[in-house]
Amino acid sequence: MQETTALIHDHAIPAQGAKIGMWLFLFTELLLFGGMFLLYAVYRMLYPTDFHYAATDLNVFVGTINTIILLTSSLTMALSIAALERGNKKLSLAMLAITIICGLIFMVNKYFEWTTKFHHGIYPGSEALEARSHGENLFYGLYFVMTGLHGLHVLIGMIVLAVLFVFIMKNPHEKIALSSHQLKGILGSRLSIMNANNKTLWQSDLIDKNLKEMRVELRYEDHKKDKINHRDLIKLENGGLYWHLVDIIWIFLFPLFYLIT
Amino acid sequence: MSTHASQSFLEEKGKYPGIFSWIFSTDHKRIGILYLVSMLSFFAVGVMLGIMIRLELIAPGQTIMPPQMYNAIFTLHGVIMIFLFVIPGLAAPFGNFFLPILIGAKDVAFPRLNLLSWYLFVGGAAIVILSLFTGGGPPDTGWTFYVPYSLRTGTNVTLAVFGAFVLGFSSILTGVNFVSTIHMLRAPGMKLSQMPLFPWTLYATGWVQILATPILSITLLLIILERVFGIGLFEASKGGDPVLYQHLFWIYSHPAVYIMILPAMGAISEMIATFSQKRVFGYKAMVAATLSIAFVGYLVWGHHMFVSGQSDMAVIIFSLLTFLVAIPSGVKVFNWVATLYKGRISLEPPMLFSLSFIFLFSIGGLSGLVQGALATDIHVHDTTFVVAHFHYVMFGGTGFAFFGALHYWFPKMFGKMYNKKVASVAWAIMFVGFNVLYFPMFIMGMRGMPRRYYDYLPEFQPLHFLSTVGSWILVTGIIILFTNLIVALRRNNRAPANPWNGATLEWKIPSPPPLENFDEEPKITGGPYEFTR
Repeated sequence: MQETTALIHDHAIPAQGAKIGMWLFLFTELLLFGGMFLLYAVYRMLYPTDFHYAATDLNVFVGTINTIILLTSSLTMALSIAALERGNKKLSLAMLAITIICGLIFMVNKYFEWTTKFHHGIYPGSEALEARSHGENLFYGLYFVMTGLHGLHVLIGMIVLAVLFVFIMKNPHEKIALSSHQLKGILGSRLSIMNANNKTLWQSDLIDKNLKEMRVELRYEDHKKDKINHRDLIKLENGGLYWHLVDIIWIFLFPLFYLIT
Repeated sequence: MSTHASQSFLEEKGKYPGIFSWIFSTDHKRIGILYLVSMLSFFAVGVMLGIMIRLELIAPGQTIMPPQMYNAIFTLHGVIMIFLFVIPGLAAPFGNFFLPILIGAKDVAFPRLNLLSWYLFVGGAAIVILSLFTGGGPPDTGWTFYVPYSLRTGTNVTLAVFGAFVLGFSSILTGVNFVSTIHMLRAPGMKLSQMPLFPWTLYATGWVQILATPILSITLLLIILERVFGIGLFEASKGGDPVLYQHLFWIYSHPAVYIMILPAMGAISEMIATFSQKRVFGYKAMVAATLSIAFVGYLVWGHHMFVSGQSDMAVIIFSLLTFLVAIPSGVKVFNWVATLYKGRISLEPPMLFSLSFIFLFSIGGLSGLVQGALATDIHVHDTTFVVAHFHYVMFGGTGFAFFGALHYWFPKMFGKMYNKKVASVAWAIMFVGFNVLYFPMFIMGMRGMPRRYYDYLPEFQPLHFLSTVGSWILVTGIIILFTNLIVALRRNNRAPANPWNGATLEWKIPSPPPLENFDEEPKITGGPYEFTR
């Protein structure tokens, strides 16, 4: 009896699996920041007036601008996913580019904000800071660690989105080549294409020892630059989830550091 | 049938030759064996360090090493045994190998992520080992890296902590992978309530890994930042609170205890059922106990800090919650014993390990209650009583379950059967050695022998001597055990597909399993423990 190896007709399970994995990963990110928020809560309770005074030194204007930028980037991120879902590749890429640029502007602002603080002599372990009260020291310690960690996440998010940009831009072209030793596992079977009702549309000859290589290739019309690879959509959705998480964390950081005066 | 059914995953030639067919493989079975081999190598190092600690303590004063080296060695023993052996524990090697098979899947949900987590494991381990030979020498803080000492010591804490940080990532990825796998890839017809108990414990463990490990990551990151930049969040001279470090550390590290023990309990349930040839008594209660241990275990971290300065209210609540954990643990022990009742018990080596697990774990668990009670804890805190307690739980519990699981699944993993008589002898020697080694520590602790001390009063010497002799007996048993398994690998004593007459899915496929696990996707109709007579 000959066995058939069915390669085609995949139920959409892996996509859902990838999303579950992403959500679980986001839990871990939340808890990572959760530890910091816990420290913040304790020290804020211990030193409420010091936190108040220290926060007056932060530039609310820059913080507000950064909040608006990140919120906008979340909007463009969502639009990019929606555009890709509707098959509008150009719009999706444009929106994704705006998202990345927003991230970049955020980081540039953050850079100037931090360097200004350094010029005023405010950085961990500085003399100017050590002359101040304990609570203000802790405020700035938390400020640098939490916004620094957040900035790192923005940076990682930008890199992820840039990689996705390249993936989506490329014209899809799928190819797999299995050489003879990889085919050993399916010797004696046939390659077939089935539809959803398990009806065979095409079946190959027996896969035997003489088979040198098996190639499967999916090619698309060259002029169809807007053809979308549906796996990219799942990746973009996951990238979007991550970006929104980074955004949400900032939504909490902003009032906790800038608006408590 | 087709030809490929006869070829096992061990014989299957991958894309790459030689060792690369292992370290580039995304097959969950190969990754499981990679974990097994790397973990056992670290275990061997940890055992040697443990032997050195015992040898130093055989007599008061300096015996074989100076005090600073002693501090470094007990730190390393802890770091290696905890982060590189019991935390990956049974989940990484046996979970990777058997989780997909037990739920009728071809692989885990994210095979490449799975390989990445092994890379991170080995990478983190390499960093930890590198920290011994670089910078200011091996860390001497104890495995807990408590501030303020860990911020001030000149030894290479920064690198060691970074290694543990990387290991945390590995653990998180494994957790994400297992939880997704259980949700997505169960065989058609297998409801959650039909899953064997080992996957259930991996599920609970996965959630603990996901929800607890990030707290350790941020805490370790803060240690690094404190050491490099001097931020002062844990530095009392800058207004920080060192006790907060302990809170953050134990918010992870207490749940981590359940990361270590839960998969062990799962494997014990499998073995007890198989070697009693009986359905597990109270399957649903077992599942509920697993989940509630994971949940309540998340809320008891404060019991490590009864003498560190918490409010009386906090201390009382943590003590109460600690006692609550004993209830589901007790349910488990009760159900194991009830499964044995009127079962057809066969005392094969894995069963010997399982039975001794129940015994040793009960001693470990009950001695835990002594420390969970506020009044007695003040007396035994930071004494060798604590050392004895967690060795009874972690070694007598997880360790014995690990060796039991190794003997239970060895024929399936490698397709070869070991000499059962020798294995039983090794078990007996280990069991005796274990108790001679650790039981005296209970007594010394009650009498006031502090843990981590280099020197001691002469009145403790007889018990210390006895304990050191126990370490020799134990290590003899371990050597016999592994020699027996290595000999079995070299001999050609083929194991049948189902040597123990097990009922779960792994026993329905050849030993060792073929690359794709199942020729046909299994269809599940009944519960996991339907034994045929």
